[in-house]
Amino acid sequence: MSRTTAILAAVGFVLVVALTFVFEPFRNFQLATIAAYLCAVGGLTMLTGVNGQLSLGHAALMACGAYCYAFTANALGEAEIDGVLLLVLPLVAAVVGSAILGFVIGIAGARLHGPYLAGVTLAVVLALPAFTSTFSNVFGGDMGLWVTVARKPEGLEGRGSTEMFQAWVAIACAALVLLLLQNLLRSNFGRQMRAVRDNEVAASISGINVYRTKVVAFTVSSAAAGIGGGLLAFITQSASPGAYSLIFSLFLLMAAVIGGIGTLAGAIWGSVLLVLLPEAIGSLTKSLSLPPEVAQRLDGNLAIALFGIVLVLVVIIAPHGIQGLVTKTWRRLQARGTLQSVSIPK
Amino acid sequence: MMTLKRNRLLAIVGATSVLALAACSSSTGNGGGEPADVPGVTDTTVTIGTHQPLTGPAAAGFASVSAAAKAYFDYINDNGGINGRTIEFVVKDDGYNPANTQTVVRDLVLQEDVFALIGGLGTPTHSSVLDFLNDNEVPDLFVASGSGMWDQPEKYPYTFGYNSDYVTESAILADYAQKEFPDAKYCLFGQDDDFGDDFEAGLTEILGEDGLAASERYSVANQDVVAQISAMKAAGCEVNFLASINAFTALGVGTAAKLGYFPQWMSSSSGGDYQTLAGFLGEAAPQLLEGFISTFYLSMASGDDEWITLFREVNEKYNGGVEFDGNQVYGMTMAYMFAEALAGAGENPTRESLVEAVQNGSVKGTGIVPLGFSESDHSGALGVQLSIVKDTVQAYFGTPYVYEDGSVVVYEGEQPAVTNKGIPGGK
Repeated sequence: MSRTTAILAAVGFVLVVALTFVFEPFRNFQLATIAAYLCAVGGLTMLTGVNGQLSLGHAALMACGAYCYAFTANALGEAEIDGVLLLVLPLVAAVVGSAILGFVIGIAGARLHGPYLAGVTLAVVLALPAFTSTFSNVFGGDMGLWVTVARKPEGLEGRGSTEMFQAWVAIACAALVLLLLQNLLRSNFGRQMRAVRDNEVAASISGINVYRTKVVAFTVSSAAAGIGGGLLAFITQSASPGAYSLIFSLFLLMAAVIGGIGTLAGAIWGSVLLVLLPEAIGSLTKSLSLPPEVAQRLDGNLAIALFGIVLVLVVIIAPHGIQGLVTKTWRRLQARGTLQSVSIPK
Repeated sequence: MMTLKRNRLLAIVGATSVLALAACSSSTGNGGGEPADVPGVTDTTVTIGTHQPLTGPAAAGFASVSAAAKAYFDYINDNGGINGRTIEFVVKDDGYNPANTQTVVRDLVLQEDVFALIGGLGTPTHSSVLDFLNDNEVPDLFVASGSGMWDQPEKYPYTFGYNSDYVTESAILADYAQKEFPDAKYCLFGQDDDFGDDFEAGLTEILGEDGLAASERYSVANQDVVAQISAMKAAGCEVNFLASINAFTALGVGTAAKLGYFPQWMSSSSGGDYQTLAGFLGEAAPQLLEGFISTFYLSMASGDDEWITLFREVNEKYNGGVEFDGNQVYGMTMAYMFAEALAGAGENPTRESLVEAVQNGSVKGTGIVPLGFSESDHSGALGVQLSIVKDTVQAYFGTPYVYEDGSVVVYEGEQPAVTNKGIPGGK
């Protein structure tokens, strides 16, 4: 991590935590949701942008994390285990569970290329509702499972809302995920992933085990998605197939692309948009004073359409996403600065 | 990270100033300065909310419910409101997806600061916010679903049902089926959640544990029910009970017709409104739905009693004169019941007095069977009447029934009359 990035990251982290004290409960709920999405989008942007494997099934991997969280948390709840264990163990289970599933899919996926891999991961997310409904006595069918969650510690009683506590947990997890992913991207393994993305044959000739690199990348990415799903289960107290639909899967990919695929900063932009855009559209349709019936129809559908439009625009105008634009602008400003300092001495 | 040293000071200074900034602005005043400071209540308005499927698999069947309720609130507001306050009704779309419900309900309660929630629609959706609403002590009135979950006053003191519960509906249907089709093979086509489970429980209470030859379930996420309907055909089912929402009732009936299979259908009120089903089935509806039996507990939309006359007027004037079906009766009754509760909650309503008003009998509804609201009972309609479709007209036959202590009993009470032009609280 470069010095500037480290400072920016540290300041950003402190800023976000500080925000939880200012925000109302609903904003904290949104912040927690952004953090949960960020884990998954971060993993996905590494997998697709850096390693070149396209996954349409990351929602299913999140669902796996959510259900693993639910099973563990409910078991702990029945055994009347509370406190830190109830907070940490289910999250660990979410990571482990989805890493295992990701490993299995990764083994199959590493033999496949582009659209074929996308097809496999698509099948996983499409099969999810059928799967939970077939074994509905375990997964609770469409309704999903109600999750026992760790309550706000007693020391915090009377200070801040439950949502604030949830936001802290989610932000801490997201920060950890980003830190680990960032280190991974800058390590030797990161270079191997890029080499595999750019040219598998060349990578293989250079002594990189292409197959292993792909499987490990998929597993790590799945683990990140898993903790995202676990966090969502923690925030919403439930795990249900409806929360992890194909559309959501596509939204995760869109978030990665719009933010700037392959960069973790881009994943942050994308996750923020994913949560705030539908709400912004809601208030927009409200302020337009449309007939109520039209406004209500637009409420749900317009978000999807607008996401599509934004995606198209981003691909045309800023192929490297929002983060690409930011970097470009930053560099231009810097360049201008140096030019001036060069021209001054005579 | 190790190369940070030189800039560490900078970072720390930055971070501290942010924290200081945060601490300064954390005193977020609520403003308003209302005397009682009840969420969603001002001197002139009461803001309430609901979550509805305006998009998604249940939208086509139910999206008109909230519009009808809104129309009735507009009617009340135009006539002076309740105790001088107008009712503002915020409708949020959840697409019949529990994950969205959790977000929009938090939005309503934490952001929009609503006084109460009314008519939250759907079993899987609403069950996902039950704990949240009761933890936050938000009155959760007249949930639009017949699950028994809403009737748990000990566990969920703020939640009240609206529909006749599914056990009651299915027991009354099964009782009729036993008398009318004594030797038939009975089967169930149900939604794969508490809707289906509760319905099956009521059927087996009357028909016996092995009373159903087949029990098929569908998932709302999957628009293909050929497998389930084929299985019922193969099992030789003659009377099929339906625990399905409107979209899937139509899908089930339509799929059966495609398979050349025409059993007797007996539907829950949640998925048995003729006009709505006809909207799905199109030209084939008159043929496919002839003889279709369904339960209901409010005035029938095709009828002409004084409630229907009032609702039709409101529909013409405030709802753009859309086609008048069971959803309009349902939505307007829901709004009327909230108005009753609000009138009963007194000049200065609080969340507690609102719940108290529902429990102490202020809410009578407009239905043909009594409501169960009391301190120990939070269930909505206590019974149903059966209807049948003849020549595209859905009409009641026989008498209303209630389900008491495991047996089906005829109900002989009167339907509440329209007083003060349907504006509660008037003299």
